[in-house]
This record gives sequence, C-alpha cells and structure tokens, in this order.
Amino acid sequence: MSDGIGARVKRKEDKRFITGKGKYTDDIRMENQAYAAFVRSPHAHARVKGIDASAAEAMEGVIAVLNGQQLTGDGIGNLICGWAISSKDGSPMNMGPWSALATDRVRYVGDAVAVVIAESQAVARIAAEKVEVDYEELPAVAQADKALEPGAPQVHDNAPGNLIYDWGLGDEAATDAGIAGAAHVTEMRVLNNRLSPNPMEPRSAVATYDEAEDHYTLYTTSQNPHVARLVLSAFYQVAPEHKLRVIAPDVGGGFGSKIYIYPEEITCLWASMKTKRSVKWTADRSEAFKTDAHGRDHITTAKMGFDADGKITGFKIDTIANFGAYMSLFSSAVPTYLYATLLSGQYDIKNVYCNVRAVYTNTVPVDAYRGAGRPEACFLIERMMETAAREMGMDPGELRRRNFIQSFPHETPVIMTYDAGDFPGNLDKALKAADVAGFAARKAEAAKRGKLRGIGYSCYIEACGIAPSAAVGSLGAGVGLWESAEVRVNPVGTIEILTGSHSHGQGHETTFAQIVADRFGVPIDNVSIVHGDTDKVQFGMGTYGSRSGAVGMSAIVKAMDKVEAKVKKIAAHVLEASEDDIVIEGGEVKVAGTDKKMAWHEVGLSAYTAHNLPPGMEPGLKEGAFYDPVNFTFPAGAYICEVEVDPETGVTKVVQFTAADDFGTIINPNIVEGQVHGGVAQGIGQALLEQVVYDDAGQLITGSYMDYAMPRADDVPFYTIEHNTTVCPNNPLGIKGCGEAGAIGAPPAVINAITDAIGNNDLQMPATPARVWAAINAAKAPMAAE
Amino acid sequence: MAEISMTVNGKAVKRSVPDNTLLSEFLREHLRLTGTHIGCDTSQCGACVVHVDGKAVKSCTMLAAAVDGSAVTTIEGLANGDLHPMQKAFNDNHGLQCGFCTPGMIMSGVDMVNRYKAEGRELTEAAIRHELEGNICRCTGYHNIVKSIQQAAGEM
Amino acid sequence: MYDVNYHRPSSLEDAVKVLKGAGEAKILAGGQTLLPTMKQHLAAPSDLVDIRKIPGMVGVKVEGGAIVIGAATTHAEVAGNADVLKHVPALSCLAAGIGDPAVRHAGTIGGSIANNDPAADYPSAILALNATVVTNTREIAADDFFAGMFATALEDGEIITAVRITPPKLAGYEKFPNPASRYAMVGVFVADTGSGVRVAVTGAGEDGVFRHEGLEAALGSDFSPGAVDGVEVSSDGLLSDIHGDAAYRAHLIKVMAKRAVSSAA
Repeated sequence: MSDGIGARVKRKEDKRFITGKGKYTDDIRMENQAYAAFVRSPHAHARVKGIDASAAEAMEGVIAVLNGQQLTGDGIGNLICGWAISSKDGSPMNMGPWSALATDRVRYVGDAVAVVIAESQAVARIAAEKVEVDYEELPAVAQADKALEPGAPQVHDNAPGNLIYDWGLGDEAATDAGIAGAAHVTEMRVLNNRLSPNPMEPRSAVATYDEAEDHYTLYTTSQNPHVARLVLSAFYQVAPEHKLRVIAPDVGGGFGSKIYIYPEEITCLWASMKTKRSVKWTADRSEAFKTDAHGRDHITTAKMGFDADGKITGFKIDTIANFGAYMSLFSSAVPTYLYATLLSGQYDIKNVYCNVRAVYTNTVPVDAYRGAGRPEACFLIERMMETAAREMGMDPGELRRRNFIQSFPHETPVIMTYDAGDFPGNLDKALKAADVAGFAARKAEAAKRGKLRGIGYSCYIEACGIAPSAAVGSLGAGVGLWESAEVRVNPVGTIEILTGSHSHGQGHETTFAQIVADRFGVPIDNVSIVHGDTDKVQFGMGTYGSRSGAVGMSAIVKAMDKVEAKVKKIAAHVLEASEDDIVIEGGEVKVAGTDKKMAWHEVGLSAYTAHNLPPGMEPGLKEGAFYDPVNFTFPAGAYICEVEVDPETGVTKVVQFTAADDFGTIINPNIVEGQVHGGVAQGIGQALLEQVVYDDAGQLITGSYMDYAMPRADDVPFYTIEHNTTVCPNNPLGIKGCGEAGAIGAPPAVINAITDAIGNNDLQMPATPARVWAAINAAKAPMAAE
Repeated sequence: MAEISMTVNGKAVKRSVPDNTLLSEFLREHLRLTGTHIGCDTSQCGACVVHVDGKAVKSCTMLAAAVDGSAVTTIEGLANGDLHPMQKAFNDNHGLQCGFCTPGMIMSGVDMVNRYKAEGRELTEAAIRHELEGNICRCTGYHNIVKSIQQAAGEM
Repeated sequence: MYDVNYHRPSSLEDAVKVLKGAGEAKILAGGQTLLPTMKQHLAAPSDLVDIRKIPGMVGVKVEGGAIVIGAATTHAEVAGNADVLKHVPALSCLAAGIGDPAVRHAGTIGGSIANNDPAADYPSAILALNATVVTNTREIAADDFFAGMFATALEDGEIITAVRITPPKLAGYEKFPNPASRYAMVGVFVADTGSGVRVAVTGAGEDGVFRHEGLEAALGSDFSPGAVDGVEVSSDGLLSDIHGDAAYRAHLIKVMAKRAVSSAA
C-alpha cells in the first residue's frame, strides 16, 4: 500500500497552511466580539491593597473592568495541580492558592489582578494601563536555592520555607554503599536552565456565553481540549461539562505550554457571561514570556561511582526544582515521575537514589516543556558519563558500552521496566553515520583555521505515553492517561476518524489516515481526521509526552479491529461464506481462495441500507474504543555532536549533528524525522542560546526576543538522522514515540562537544559565547585560579 | 482616520482606518486576510512578512497609511491558480509543521530567491540560512525549510 | 498603539510645519525602531511625519567626489548601490548586515542615525568615516552629531536630508551580533580616511557610539591587524548585561577591530 505504514506521504493538512487558510484561534471573529486585556502586576511580590478602575471605566469603548473579588465571588475556583506528590515523610504537597485574578497578593511579575473588556484590543490595552492598583511591595525571591535559605521571603503561607515537597525515589542506603565502595567517583553540579517554550502562535482564547441556552463555547490554543473542559468544569466551576464546548482549532505549536488551563481562558469564559459578549484575548509575545508556563530550572548535585572496570556502582542525585509562584497543572509530576524514574538512563545500575525538593519562587509557574523531566535526567546522566570517561581516561563510547542494558525486559532501581531496545546498536549506527573515525582529521583541519573542534556523545532514553491509568493513579495522577478513538465508515465507504489526540503540528491528518489506509486499503484521501472539538469527539486526553502515536493510534487500531470484525460479519453474510475466510485487501473484502468479493464501499452501503444484514445485527458501521496502555514506551538513541569553537570570541558553531534513534515502528519517516529536527534544534537552543533570566528582585530580564535567544536557521546545521528500530512489544503498532527525543538527547551531546573542544569541563547551559570564552580563559590559566 | 487605497493581491482596496492601524492589522482585521500572522512584537519572528511593491517587509512594523498607493501581496495572493513553486516545495519537503510561521517563511523565501536571481548570485545553503535571520520557526529545526527553499530556487 | 496622526508631506517645508505644530510630533522614516516602541506603549507621539515621499530624500549620488546618501534611502538600497560598493565597500557590507532582509527593505540610514540606538550599526560608520550629516537647516560633522545613547545634535523641527561621505582610502566593519536580538553587541568600524585613521565602536558603550583613541593611534602608525594587539581597551564605560560583561565587550572590541582591519577594502 503506497500510502500505508512506512510511506513518506506528503502531508494532507499542508495545503491550508501554505496558502494562508489555516484557522487559528486569533483568526476567529465572533459576532458581538469584545476584547480582553489584563492588568498585570509589575512587582514580583506585593500585597494588593486596592484597585481603582474608575479612569479605565470612564474610557469610551470600555465595557467592564472585572477583578478577582468578583471572580471568586461568582464561585470560580482556584487553579490546581492535578498530580498529588507526597514528601518522604508522607505529608502531602503544600499547594498554595492560585486565583485566575489575584485577590489579595500577587506573586510574580505578570500575575493578573484585573481584566478590562472593551470594544477593541487597543482600547482594552490602554484602559488596562489606567487601572490603578495600590500595591504594597513585599520582598521577593527568584532563585530556587535562595528560596530554601532560612529567612527567605515566603511565597505562600502554607508552604513553610517555600518547600512544596521533599521527595525521594530509590534505595538511599544501598546507593551510598555502592558509591562508598567505588574505585572512582564522579561528582558534578549541573544546572538545567529555565526555558520559555515559545510556540510561534501566542496563546489565545475566544469565549462565548449563550444566555438562552446557558451554554459556553471556548475556542482556545490547547493541546488537549477535553482536559481543558474537564478542568474548567470540575475544578474551576466555570460551567458543567455538558454546558461547555471547547474547541482547539489549528494550533501553532505547543511544546507543553498549551497543555495547561491558564487564568486567561477561565477569565474570558467568566467575563463572557458577565458582559454577555464574546470575549477574545490574544497574548502578544511579551505577555507570553510573562505568562506561559516555563520549563526546566533545576539545580542538581550528583555523584556516580564506578568500579575498576568502569561499571557503575551507584548514582546519587539531589535536585532542587523551581516551581515558580504557583503549582501549574502537571508541575509536580515533572521532576518526580518524569525525571527521577529515568535516572538509570540506558545503563544497568543496581542502585540509584534521587532526592527532589520542589520550591516556590516569585517567578512564572514552571511545568512540562518538550521532554518534561526527561531532558533534565538525560542531561545529568550523559554529562556525568562523559565527564567520568574523561576523568578515568576512557573512551566515552566504551564507558557507555560497558554499562549498557543488554537484555529486556529490564527493571531499573527507579521503578521503570524497559521493554525493548538495542542501545549498542544505536551507538554503532551513530558512530558510523557521524564518521567518528574521521574526527581527528577534521579536528586537525579545523585547528588550521584557528578553530577548536570537539565531539560529544549522548545516549538518551525516555518514556512516552505515560501510563497505565491505574499505575499513574496510584502515583497521584488526577486523570487517566488512555486515549479514545471512533471510526466511522460512511455508506460510500469514506472514513472519518474521531480522535482524542490533538495535532498542533504533528501531522495527524496524514499519519492517522495512513494507518487506516494501511488497514482497509482505502486511499488516504478518503479518510478524514476529526479532532480538537469536545462536541465532535466524545473524550480524549490530548497530545503531549509523545503519546499520539503510542496511545492515540493504538486506540484507533482498537476501534478498527471492531470495524473489521463487523465488516467481516457483513461480508460473510452477503457472500455466503465463513467469517474466518474473509480478508480485506486492496480496498476489497474477499473470500480467501475464491473470486467472491465485495468492494469496500459496498460493505459500507450494506451496513447502512440494512437490507441484508446478519440476523440481529445493528445497522451502521461505526465503532469506538478506549485504549489504556500497559506500560510506558521507551524510545532511545545515540546522538553525536561536533562543534567548532572560535577561541577569540567563544562562539560555538554546531557543524555536525547525528541522531540514531529507536522509535519503534515508524508510520511516516518524513514526519518522524521532522520531529527529530525540531527537537534537536530546541535542544541546541537550550544548550547554546536560550535562558529565561530573572534578577534577584524577580524582574524578568528576558521578556522578548531582544533578550531571549531563539535558535535561528544559521544557528543549526543539516542533521543526519538514522533509525535503528526495535518494535515496542506492548502496543498494536509497535510504536514508541518520537516527539521529544531531540530535545532530550541533544543538550548533553552539545555541551560534551564544547567541553571537549575547549578542554574545560566546567560549563553550564546555555553555553553563550561569553561563557565559553571565559571557560577557555579559565582553562588557559589554571594556576591563576588556584 | 486615514483614507487608504492600495492593491492587495491584485485587487484594488479602499478603506478608511485609524491612522495607527498597522499593515498587519489592516490585512487581518479589515480585509480578513488572516494568513499573515503575528508572532512577536519586536519585529523579529517574521510570521507577518508580506510583499510591498515586490519587496518583503514585516507588516507588523509598518503603518497601513504608509503603504497607501502600494501593491501588497500576502500569502493568500501568492498562488496564481496552481500553488506557487515555493508553496509546493514546502509541501514536498515537509517544510512546515504547525504552519504558523509558514506564511512568513514562504514570503521571505520567494523574496530571497527573486533577489538572488535578479542579482545573479548563487543562493547557497549558507546564504539561505543567513537570509532567514528574520524568520523564526520553532517546529522544524529549519532543516526542511532550507531544503524547501533550495528546491523552489531551482524551480522559480 | 496609542492614537496618532499620520502625515505624509511632500515638501520639507510642510514637514517642518507639522513638526513644529502642536503636540509631540516625530519623524517617521522606515519605522523599524519607532513602531515597535510605539506598539509597546514606550513612545506616544501625537503625530508622525512620514518623510519618505519628500523629493530628494531617497537615493545615492556622487557629488564632487563624495557619496551623498538620501536620508530615506533604505538599508537594502545602500547595500545594493553600485557607487557605495565602489567607493565605500565597508558601508555596503555594513548595510547588508543590518537586521534582516525585511527590515533592510524598510529601515533607512537617516532613521538609524537620528535614533542613535546604542546597538545600531550606522552610527559607527558615520563617525569613523567622518561623515557629514546634512539637515534641512545645516550640516553637522559626525563628531558633533552623536550625543550619547538615543541622543543627537538634532534640534526640534530639524530633519536629516542626507549623509555625505568622503570615500576613505580603506575601511572595514565587523560586528559581533547579540545572540538574541542580532543587533550589534560590539561593532567596530575602522577607516583610513587619508587624513588619519578613525575607529568607531557601537553596541558596547554605555553612552552609545564612541571613537577609540588607542586603536586610532595604533592603527594610525600601522594599519594592520597586528597593531591592535598592543592596544589596551578598557572596560570602563562599557555595557554589561546577560549576554556579556564589560570585560568581554572590551575583548571583543579588539577582536572585531582586528577583523575589521583585515577585511578593510
């Protein structure tokens, strides 16, 4: 089947995007639409003593100015974190209250205190400046380690010492013993920089309240519209679920930041009811930097012990995770079950222990960003491995090889069961594709041009399709992590797939159609994918954590199984054959070994005319399924980066980047490779360019693209992509997932390469030219430093 | 209010709009040509790139009134029946994912190919990457965008 | 953006009338800096006077051996002009590296120098080339024009009409772009004017563009990259920010100066 599994099919959805006909939330205009602009705190921490909106209210075109007292007075609930994590001592996490509009205190620069609803965006924004808020400034803290110091400003009254939880995973005593008996111990302090996800489409919401029906509709930039409806309904009490429709139309990238349900969507819905107007809000980029959940921001110290043969004897980690001013929707899970559980990496380690302290600060809330926890784990392990190899005088590939897990299933000391993989095979492919054998010659050639060339490895493993629901429930998750699908075969044989997955760049309209085409032999143009609308799709958990392939497609397969069973029953009945002899092939439903057959559309027509169905069979051809995975999936790979550093300026150029990934079954290589390209670019961005910076008073320094460095076309090379496939044994298509790998695997490869080039291992991300130059100088003058 | 006359995608357009209306706003809100996108407010992301009198400009950093009398081409007006070679190349090479930066990428791509051809210069990979300095994409890692522009440069 | 009145006069006289009229009027040329500032409510002029359609404001002429560039000539037009390339190739190169292609199609030389953004490229060229800034009322020598960050010698109602440059014997420009904004973090323009070497530094100074006496003296006696080595570049008065501290910028001034000398043509 030319359009089936494994085919490089061009994307079906492209046409509307390349002709400017995509429909993003900000492109939507409702009848009677008004505009919202938020009044935001300029202070990192302050008491709100009063709000005087009279000047704003007096402006022509202002419809209303609404505040937090009114919002809570109307029964709108606080924002919540949906994953309960307990401390080591069994105490529950300390979650401070978060109102969509602050009532008494603001806790970060950008915290919303009021909203202006006006006839135009320009008027709303000008009026918002005229709302006078009487603030009493309070001391603030922005850095997580400083927030833990005695006497630090308190962000929430119910989180003493700013500690949200103090959590641990693994056997501490055994790990200590393993390290104590080691022949060599590598110790490091590793920072994982704070990032802003920066999907190119800023967040936007258009809320409409229908008074006659007492019904709400919300168009929003969401990766998971059903989760949004659930949370808006069950926790924020905006409206009951059957009175609330959430639509996520074309969404311009998410990378995690559009999982969460933010104060702005809640406020727009509530304001549409208050004003009886459709209310639209669209962030500008400055607002996005101030309000979109940030990612990462870990301070970690770690020790790894090795025996004389280079085998790891123990790995102990202490991490402080900055959560910002409030606990965002999935924040608590990120540095725990998405981080510590991956700290065994690709290695057979008997003992791992990780301690995590989650901390409030006066900064934007921090939550999952592409990779979520796994990049932090991978960066730490892979920096440790490269560093250890250098310290022990071993080849970094060889040290990894000695420790690779070789047989599956493999249980790690941090509660994961890896199901399949070929870690040495990944590394072999990468070494070959990267021509590591020729590196010395390339380095010598670069030296002639005055450049320092370095090479760095990274062998990552990650966990996708977080599941099963019962397991995550037992670990504190407030939701199940299955997916749903519905397959509708029309009387003419065309097919609609309704899916709870959401595409915001992943190409589901193409890949999901491919698996249907592959199964039923229909052209992909006869398959359409319906997603992103709670009125059309019954339920779904959305797209994040590389789950659309492993979980979303599996649900489609389950529903297709049911369709196939019914198709076979109908065909067997019509063709007077046994069900077991019916095969579906090339768009036809045949009796095996005979010339008896029906065209695919004839079966569809039979199902709907119902003139000749098996006795007792219901008419129609439509089946639904829910798929709950039995385990995570474990994509893994080996990345090799080569850089050239200009010693005069400290500028690093990534000159070669090779990725050898094991994603399990690949539906469309174009799309999978595109995911790797994008992930690697974000990883290079984290390693070289990107960093959210707050000053000590909690003011955001990197509030626009003038100061937050985004990767551009000339910051990255063409990437070399290799696949080394072992199928996932636990889902019907054998898919592992590919969305986050690049962002997980790339940063340590880049930093390992730079530190190799400059001969100084003391380098944190982002490796800006200034930092690299300083590190080169420090390496040149070790005596002066001592 | 400013009385504005211009040609947009080959059609004469006349509107009376506030003087502070940006070209991007004029296109999106007044003409409802929403293919031109707004991704930043510091003139860096390039999602808003359109052609004014044949040259790529950032429509978010230009007043509509200042374009009075000009000819504007947006992503919606690029194709002449069939897809423009640059549009086709983006589809052929998987040069887009979420699609948000794509209109600006395509308009910048067309502009750079036109300029290099007019000047008889070779549009190398390095040149394409340098020319894309004013267009940010968060999805593709630029790999397939560069490939797309390379293909279109050969076909335009 | 706040309300504003847009004007597009067709003569300098009309432009001056609006500028001197009531309110806080500002000149609009390419708008590549002014409009983003207005969008962020950081500037709120009452009136904008678009000078691009005033006759004579656009284009490059060669007059008595000097290059005269109209104030509303875009960066792309300067970069692509054959006379500029022939007589001051370093200026072509500088103009071709400002912002990005779309910005270069709109931004103008007059706008850039009138704004005197501390990270803009043009001020370094004007200063190093000892150019003359021509306005509707007078001519101002480059040394008298720049008056610190975002400040110039321009008076109310004064409009830059052109920049006049006497071609140097040799000139070169190198910039180190800010990794985020791509504006100059350090840009060094070196010029052997025939009556002395001038070196101007942009991007690095707390007070905007400045000349560097030490580099001028060293390159004055030996216009070669090696001459830069012995020069002490102090970090006093240089900017420090998240992208680099003053010491790093001081170091980059030397590196960029050397590279500018190497590439000088």
